[in-house]
Amino acid sequence: MGNVVLMQGNEACVEGALAAGMRLYAGYPITPSTEIAEISSVRLPQEGGKFIQMEDEIASIACAIGASVAGVKAMTATSGPGFSLKQENLGYAALAEIPLVVVDVQRMGPSTGMPTFPSQGDMMMARWGTHGDHPVIALCPSSVKETYDLSIRAFNLSEKFRTPVLLMMDELVGHLREGMELPNPEEIEIIDRPTVKYPDPKRLPYHMKAGQLVPQMAPFGKGQRYNITGLIHDESGFPTNSTEEARKMMERLMHKISDNYDYIKDLATENMDDADIAIFCYGGTARAAKSAMDEARAKGLKVGIFRPRTIWPFPENELAEASRKLKKIVVAEHNFGQMLLEVQRVVKNNCPVSFVGKWNGGVITPSEILAKIEEA
Amino acid sequence: MVNRGDVKQKDKQMSNLVYKYMRPEHLPHIWCPGCGNGIIMRDVAQAIENLGLSRNNTIIVSGIGCSSRAAGYLDFNTIHTTHGRAIAFATGIKLANPSLEVIVIAGDGDISAIGGNHLIHAARRNIGITVIVMNNNIYGMTGGQYSPTTPKGAFGTTAPYGNLDRPFDIAGLAYGAGASFAARGSAYHVQQTINIIQEGIHHSGFSLIDVASVCPTYYGRKNKSGSAVDMLKWQRDNMIPAEKAAKMEPEELKGKLVLGILHQVQYKEFTYAYDQLIKRLYQEREENE
Repeated sequence: MGNVVLMQGNEACVEGALAAGMRLYAGYPITPSTEIAEISSVRLPQEGGKFIQMEDEIASIACAIGASVAGVKAMTATSGPGFSLKQENLGYAALAEIPLVVVDVQRMGPSTGMPTFPSQGDMMMARWGTHGDHPVIALCPSSVKETYDLSIRAFNLSEKFRTPVLLMMDELVGHLREGMELPNPEEIEIIDRPTVKYPDPKRLPYHMKAGQLVPQMAPFGKGQRYNITGLIHDESGFPTNSTEEARKMMERLMHKISDNYDYIKDLATENMDDADIAIFCYGGTARAAKSAMDEARAKGLKVGIFRPRTIWPFPENELAEASRKLKKIVVAEHNFGQMLLEVQRVVKNNCPVSFVGKWNGGVITPSEILAKIEEA
Repeated sequence: MVNRGDVKQKDKQMSNLVYKYMRPEHLPHIWCPGCGNGIIMRDVAQAIENLGLSRNNTIIVSGIGCSSRAAGYLDFNTIHTTHGRAIAFATGIKLANPSLEVIVIAGDGDISAIGGNHLIHAARRNIGITVIVMNNNIYGMTGGQYSPTTPKGAFGTTAPYGNLDRPFDIAGLAYGAGASFAARGSAYHVQQTINIIQEGIHHSGFSLIDVASVCPTYYGRKNKSGSAVDMLKWQRDNMIPAEKAAKMEPEELKGKLVLGILHQVQYKEFTYAYDQLIKRLYQEREENE
């Protein structure tokens, strides 16, 4: 066994981020994500990085984007109300292609809601929260160890694809304490953004050479002078009103994620080989789902778990294929039915889809899922 | 789009300043005839030239609005951000690399309405960025709505019966929030404004320079202020140098604007303080090992 530690989900988020190379955190206090800020404020200066408590949620994401532009891996964390406030700049980072990790430790909403109670009510905001079409990568951990791992992966994906990546936690996982084994630092895969090696003033900052996934980035202050804007721009980085350039830019943005679906997707399935019934779950609800599956299996029911760790882009190919062999899918989530809509869209008439939701701040219990499994 | 070589060929008269610090291929600018913003942008370039700053090490950050277009015309690392948030983006850039010279160019609505919170907190924090406000007393880009610096009683497209709000004094606001440098320049007072911007950039902590611009197209037209030249003449006749103003009674200063460095003190710059903290933690760790 390696180094086994007792950790809280929010703490694992910070430790994972540090392992991935985070050297700036900008945030604003909000329950239930505050520990991420607190722990970052202790840990970052120890590692030569910086923590700053900004004046509000909008400033926090703006500051993190600024740091990333200057070449430093940056993160901000929040919860529902703050996630709403960050949406405009999230779109900015997506369009200007600035790597960034945004953590949302989801709590019961809408509005101030129930700040200390779990929820998964921001899943569609993660997809559609900022205005305009834009690519999205969102990850959902369901344990402390997974929070650590996905925190690293969130940074790696954001660097590789030059896009903001959302780590969609929930109160249940954020405040969960459990043992986990810390990997050896040498075993952790770290991806850094593709960076311009030789600054050249003639280089078009958003031009891509054949074989490149994204344009190479030039950190501010390293000799490559260029312009970054939230306006639709061409390869020069300057605004354009050309409909043809706008089309090219939008399609490149969307395709850089959709064309790499297989690389980005991350499914954790259990007992799906012989399953008749699948529980579709993610994040905190996966824990009740596991117990429900075990109880059902003990009763002789062939139940499996279909759990996306990458929730956006949605694993539609895998779910469509699985649904052809299933007699039923039970969707379990802490909201009024958000990912349920995606499951229904993908599954169509392949098999019936039933739903266990919770929208009162409580958590779904294994027996509630089991009841849906056993329902005719 | 013209390339730089053609521009040089075509216009030998073009100021070296434009050629050295601007992106001629993106000129002419979009500002209206008579707008003060072009003068102020040139003042910034001249101040940078006088200070001998490196183009590669200087960052220009802007928000949204007429003023924000300056970022596109200036040949540095430039970032045109979201409305009101330029200071917050600039804070991240400065934190990530304190050796960079970070200059924010913003408008009055951008910096004191939607971005007011960032202004007061950056001032309080004393982070070493320089904020230059192109203050034209109106939202120009959207067509002449009243801004936080529109005088009481003045007209805008959303103040058809006269503005009921009292205006902000942005330099005073920055001073009140703890800025270690607060100053005022104007589009008319070119030489003084260049000097003030130079002092502001040179200042190690947070500096704010509120530069009175003119907007003949919207503010001037709505308020019958006359031509652009008339508006600049108003600045000439109604701005009092700080040294002189210090000896005047408040009554005498009514309706006037004070020109110059209004406030300057030295205290520890934020990123310097943070770097000291990191060093201290490293030392403590070494001692414990």
